Amino acid sequence: MRTRAHALAAEPLFWTTLGFVVLLLAMPATKPAFAALFPELDRPFYEQDSYFRLALAHLGIVAASSIAAVAVALSAGIFVTRPAGVEFRAITESVVALGQTFPPVAVLALAVPLTGFGTTPALIALTLYGMLPILQNTLAGLASVPGDVRDAGRGMGMTGAQILLRLELPLAAPVILAGIRTSVVINVGTATIASTVGARTLGLPIIVGLNGSNLAYVLQGAALVGLLGVLLDLAFARGLRGLRQWRPPA
Amino acid sequence: MIAFERAGKRYGGQTAVEDISLTIEAGEFFVVIGPSGSGKSTLLMMINRMVPHSAGSIRVGGQDILSFRPEMLRRRMGYVIQSVGLFPHWTVERNIGAVPELLDWPQARIRDRADELLALLNLDPGRFRSKYPHQLSGGEQQRVGVARALAARPDVLLMDEPFGALDPITRTALQQEIHRIHRESGTTVVFVTHDMDEALGLASRIAVLDRGRLVQLGTPLELLAAPANGLVRDLIGQEEHGLRMLAVQTVASRLRTGETAPGEPIAASATLRQALSRMVSESADRLGVSDAEGRPMGAIAMSDLLRR
Amino acid sequence: MSGAEQGAAAGGFRVRNLVLLTLFLAGAAGGGSLAFVAHAPNRLLSGAPVRLGALPGEALLVLSLLAALLLGGAFLTPRRAGHWVLGAAAAAFVLVLCTLAGVEASRFAAGAPPAARTSLGAGFWIMALCGCLAMMDAMHRLALAPALRMMGALMLAGGVAGLGAMGALDDLSIAKEYANRREALGEALAQHVGIVLAALLPTVLIGLPLGLVAARRRAFAAGLFPALNLIQTIPSIALFAMLMAPLAGLAERFPVLKAAGIGGIGAAPAVIALILYSLLPIARNVAEGIAGVPAGARHAAVGMGMTPGQVFGRVELPLALPVVLSGLRIVIVQAIGLAAVAALIGAGGLGAIMFQGLFANALDTVVLGTVPIILLALAADGSLRLLTGYAERVRR
Repeated sequence: MRTRAHALAAEPLFWTTLGFVVLLLAMPATKPAFAALFPELDRPFYEQDSYFRLALAHLGIVAASSIAAVAVALSAGIFVTRPAGVEFRAITESVVALGQTFPPVAVLALAVPLTGFGTTPALIALTLYGMLPILQNTLAGLASVPGDVRDAGRGMGMTGAQILLRLELPLAAPVILAGIRTSVVINVGTATIASTVGARTLGLPIIVGLNGSNLAYVLQGAALVGLLGVLLDLAFARGLRGLRQWRPPA
Repeated sequence: MIAFERAGKRYGGQTAVEDISLTIEAGEFFVVIGPSGSGKSTLLMMINRMVPHSAGSIRVGGQDILSFRPEMLRRRMGYVIQSVGLFPHWTVERNIGAVPELLDWPQARIRDRADELLALLNLDPGRFRSKYPHQLSGGEQQRVGVARALAARPDVLLMDEPFGALDPITRTALQQEIHRIHRESGTTVVFVTHDMDEALGLASRIAVLDRGRLVQLGTPLELLAAPANGLVRDLIGQEEHGLRMLAVQTVASRLRTGETAPGEPIAASATLRQALSRMVSESADRLGVSDAEGRPMGAIAMSDLLRR
Repeated sequence: MSGAEQGAAAGGFRVRNLVLLTLFLAGAAGGGSLAFVAHAPNRLLSGAPVRLGALPGEALLVLSLLAALLLGGAFLTPRRAGHWVLGAAAAAFVLVLCTLAGVEASRFAAGAPPAARTSLGAGFWIMALCGCLAMMDAMHRLALAPALRMMGALMLAGGVAGLGAMGALDDLSIAKEYANRREALGEALAQHVGIVLAALLPTVLIGLPLGLVAARRRAFAAGLFPALNLIQTIPSIALFAMLMAPLAGLAERFPVLKAAGIGGIGAAPAVIALILYSLLPIARNVAEGIAGVPAGARHAAVGMGMTPGQVFGRVELPLALPVVLSGLRIVIVQAIGLAAVAALIGAGGLGAIMFQGLFANALDTVVLGTVPIILLALAADGSLRLLTGYAERVRR
């Protein structure tokens, strides 16, 4: 029991999560502090929305787009590495490389003329952009499965689906998960900027603060969203460590 | 057990294997040998349809292999490759249990079988069961590879240069073990190699392939005694030819019953090559011969080695 | 006889280019059902959609012929010459699309007040995307070298630019927007590039030594990379914001800084944030590049009496150069995107035009700001890839 508590205490993920949750819940209580820090501001605390709601909405957009991105990218990555889809592989790789050159904010901005303002362009841009690192890593992960492992599986009588599910995907999982990690971290950032296209996220106080020269708003939003990014990254790092147990030490 | 009838394989315009007809009997240790590019691996992989044949027919146990689903055919055959191909994310135990798992054996039976096989291949089950492949040496990995191939008690064991990547000492040890396992289990083994000593030491019969064609088929002794052409002669090697002849025959075949000789006797199951070595190192032209229990059976003389 | 042989022997009618067929179907579905262009009375109102079918017949004929050629290509036996023709047809298809849009815009503009706008619709974009992908596919099948593929893309871009120069696209809203804001755009572009370059030099000066030390000291690397990674996980706008407060404080206290233009708002926090973000890719790639130098080469260099400086300059750096350059490419492409976000804290640049458009609901302005950002990123990516490829070839 003691050792478990110690392990928890040594885990940065634990402290970041704790920090984020406490900050989120105690946000209203920091009002006097911001009032003291920024005496020149009439309204030193963002109260148009509750931070809790904004955080939920932010996480909702990131989760929805990430799940969609994982579903599409994983299927596409599997499809173009099967005999039926191998013809699409070269062009998929080019599109993935080219697409990642596009700045995420540009994808977000271009979604607006096509779909209008609000949560929709944010979801579309986050899904589209979020797919790219996952697809890239799915292809890389599947390519990294040793040929002899595939041969051995086929030679012992595994079907194509068994080879995929029992060998290829588990072996590619760490690389795929690393792609999802990149994708989610980027999406947390893009979702923040998405408040400029009318999505309600933790970026909203930042944007409102920047437009109204209210540094207090800006700091409140930035602190929460910064912690959120770090928190999700650490969570993925944690998950990856669990997955890599069978890997030979590098 | 396995019958090739005018079987062949063409890739595009290239012929890999052409017009092979031969029959591998049940319980045989059948070795396929040839230089690289001779089509020997292709021939092996045609048996479990890893490479589909494009001409002729192949039958296993009397049934055309095309009448099976490829997966079902393969689950009946053990398959060992040079690069082993252990699944890096599975423990040794789960690797060995891979085919039984595909065949839906109960968990307890898979576990027992894995332990049994680890013991058979001289790996301590308690120590190795839960290890991951990367924690094993090359030799240990290939032992697990062989155990995995044997797990579901296949009728046929297909081995594609299984020991080619191992160091000489490990290779010799594994050769002895596969020899023992074959003797004890009676499984039909089809074994591909490019190493003539390995072939001569293990085979009941050897098929020599060159550029996709069968050049010679016979027992090790037949090959040594009458090589069909220059390629077979080259594979056998000129310098070692005599010693190799001796290596494929046993002392029992030249036994002089009723005679005796002084000094430590040699086992009747030893090769003539071992007998020669003893004579040279002991400066003796006669050795006593004993059976497996150490009872004297007779003697062998230097001049017996020269007899054809 | 195997399946492949049977197919070849039978010849006959079957799909030989599934990619092209898919692109054709997607293009036809998108192009047929969605708006090709939209006509609006002014730049702030959304327009009335005009579908492809409403365009004049003779204009459609050329487009249809090219599309039919591409469709036919999906069923023809692949030959090299065929791929060249299909690639050219795909490029021509994109150029004809642009021309059609331009002509339709002019037709509308002739009978409408000057404020009227014709913007490109989703149908146009889908067809254009499919056309570009078809061209890419042809270049892949021809197995063209990356430099040649890039040349193909440049030629297509040149074609579109040529149409613009000839005035064929003048009545499209994006061209009108450009004509109105030509000077502001040029200024923003200069600002944008300025921010990226201002961040680049310090990035290299700090990142290179960090990477070198990380390559040699495991403990240093173990501390450095998680810290740099932490910075990368902070959303850009949050990092900008976090830098604003301390910088504003500093400028308040030291008027010298304020006089030099450094403060909480503007380019200073942007450049600092860009440097912070850029350190990870640079340091990581330098460390990876150096670690990737074969031990044998290093060993031999030391053995023949090279000093540590010579080992680095003559052996390690040249061998690590491609990886370092690819780190530089990542940094520059990333910085171009981040600099766009920096417009929110008053750093200016192309992002300022983009966000102006977003805040004012002026979509043409959004496109005018966004497209150059993307082109800038593509150009930087392409040229650095070429450079990396060159460094790799020199290495061998």
